[in-house]
Amino acid sequence: MNSETASNRQKSKVRQAIGEGPKTRMVLIAVSLSFLGLMLIAPLLVVFVEAFSRGLGVYFDALALPDTMAALQLTLLVAAIAVPANLVFGVAAAWLIAKFEFKGKAFLLTLIDLPFAVSPVVSGLIFVLLFGANSALGPWLDGYGIKVLFAVPGIVIATIFITFPFIARELIPLMQQQGSSEEEAAVSLGASGWRTFFQVTLPNVKWGLLYGVLLCNARAMGEFGAVSVVSGHIRGLTNTLPLHIEILYNDNKAAAAFAVASLLAMLALVTLAVKTLLEARFAGEIAAQRRH
Amino acid sequence: MTATAPDGARSFRWRRRSVLPGFGLSMGYTIAYLSLIVLIPLAGLGVRTASLGWDEFWKIALDQRVVSALQLSFGAALIAAIINTIFGVLVAWVLVRYRFPGRRWLDAAVDLPFALPTAVAGIALATLYAPNGPFGMILNDWFGVKVGFTSTGVVLALIFVGLPFVVRTVQPVLEEIDRDTEEVAATLGARRWRTVTRVIFPALFPAILTGFALSFARGVGEYGSVIFIASNLPFQSEIAPLLIVIKLEENNYAGATAIAVIMLVISFAMLFVINLLQAWSRKWFGHE
Repeated sequence: MNSETASNRQKSKVRQAIGEGPKTRMVLIAVSLSFLGLMLIAPLLVVFVEAFSRGLGVYFDALALPDTMAALQLTLLVAAIAVPANLVFGVAAAWLIAKFEFKGKAFLLTLIDLPFAVSPVVSGLIFVLLFGANSALGPWLDGYGIKVLFAVPGIVIATIFITFPFIARELIPLMQQQGSSEEEAAVSLGASGWRTFFQVTLPNVKWGLLYGVLLCNARAMGEFGAVSVVSGHIRGLTNTLPLHIEILYNDNKAAAAFAVASLLAMLALVTLAVKTLLEARFAGEIAAQRRH
Repeated sequence: MTATAPDGARSFRWRRRSVLPGFGLSMGYTIAYLSLIVLIPLAGLGVRTASLGWDEFWKIALDQRVVSALQLSFGAALIAAIINTIFGVLVAWVLVRYRFPGRRWLDAAVDLPFALPTAVAGIALATLYAPNGPFGMILNDWFGVKVGFTSTGVVLALIFVGLPFVVRTVQPVLEEIDRDTEEVAATLGARRWRTVTRVIFPALFPAILTGFALSFARGVGEYGSVIFIASNLPFQSEIAPLLIVIKLEENNYAGATAIAVIMLVISFAMLFVINLLQAWSRKWFGHE
């Protein structure tokens, strides 16, 4: 009896020694909460408070403006092209890197990550140099009546560049972690390559893939710097939602700017909610370690 | 990486044999798409720079306005990355080690800067920290600190965009750390602070460096969130990406290209140094 209490006391002493005291805990939690509250939650709240500050009428009027509708349509169009394009690439690159061993793999991974290291404005500049008036390509395409810069194709290409690594980066660690024994079994049982992919690999990675698509989509719809450089800011024609926000804000129409911003903020909230849900449900099926 | 041929006929192969199909297709598609979207456009930047010539390049690079914009971009990104490293490690620690109501929500909220468009963050921060905004007023009246429309505002915006990087790189490593080592240190008589600084911190160090580097790199190139909160005055709160945009609007392609190349070279050099530091710290502390 006596020795048992003694050992219990010893245990709680050790436990205290490997944790922090209740006061330290409280302070650390309080500091973290206030930091995140001030830096993250407050800006998010401000978006909705300002959006509704002039009442629901102004809110919906701002959303119903023809320029807003045009910007929304363009944003959806750009994402509808950029996300599937990077999805196909992401799957191909993940298959290549996770299922095969070859020389230069690390180098290829670095190249795939490159767009993360380039400033959005520089990304835009790259395409201005490539398709601009005094480039080789721009005037040649112009001769065939194809406008890339200051038009929709330029916005699409810049967005594809910016969101290039997102889906590949999400899939590669996941598929590497799962190995390829299941696929090898399917192939040796006579399944074709496509069938193996759609019936064996895809069901295994679907949640990670969905998460990658969501992140890619959020960035594609929200990209500002690169799109701003290549778009030429033509109202109703080459304005995406983020660029439209800038124009409204600089026109001193803050309430309208925040109304449009609230759309993108809701998109961000949905993205985070789905992410949290996926992580809670399928923790093992989404790679534990990831970098964005 | 060196693959040995199963038949032994050739001692060198550039890839190991596999029963899985699709190597040629996936390799071909990956290389073609990568080249079209990333490599060829980036090479265009290199070609344009080479056509500038050294004299013109240095004339642009040493221009006072360019130098001060680069100083602001790199300096503000450095300060923001340091602040994010301190608070990021703290937040990761609290999220991994403590259980309290609302922890899940807090964990989800950390990713907000990844999902919220920078323009939205920019106008929200500008409204909060403007001299007549709720936070800006308090800071100005109580402490006499001006945040909105100054270089402090630039740092603030960069803290926002870089915040998740340190948390998200440190968090998984912290989760994997074996509590036994801490118990051993405690049983051997180490005080808590000593255990944290001598046992846990070295294991986290490579992850902290990675998070710092990612946060810093993101801050250097950031544009959308900064231009709303900074007054964008030359020599005061004009960041390098903004100067690129201004040069482009003036049709000064040479100027824009030169600044872009300087930014890329400095960023790559710093990331290279941080990679070296990481390799060194792994060797030094003996952690993977």
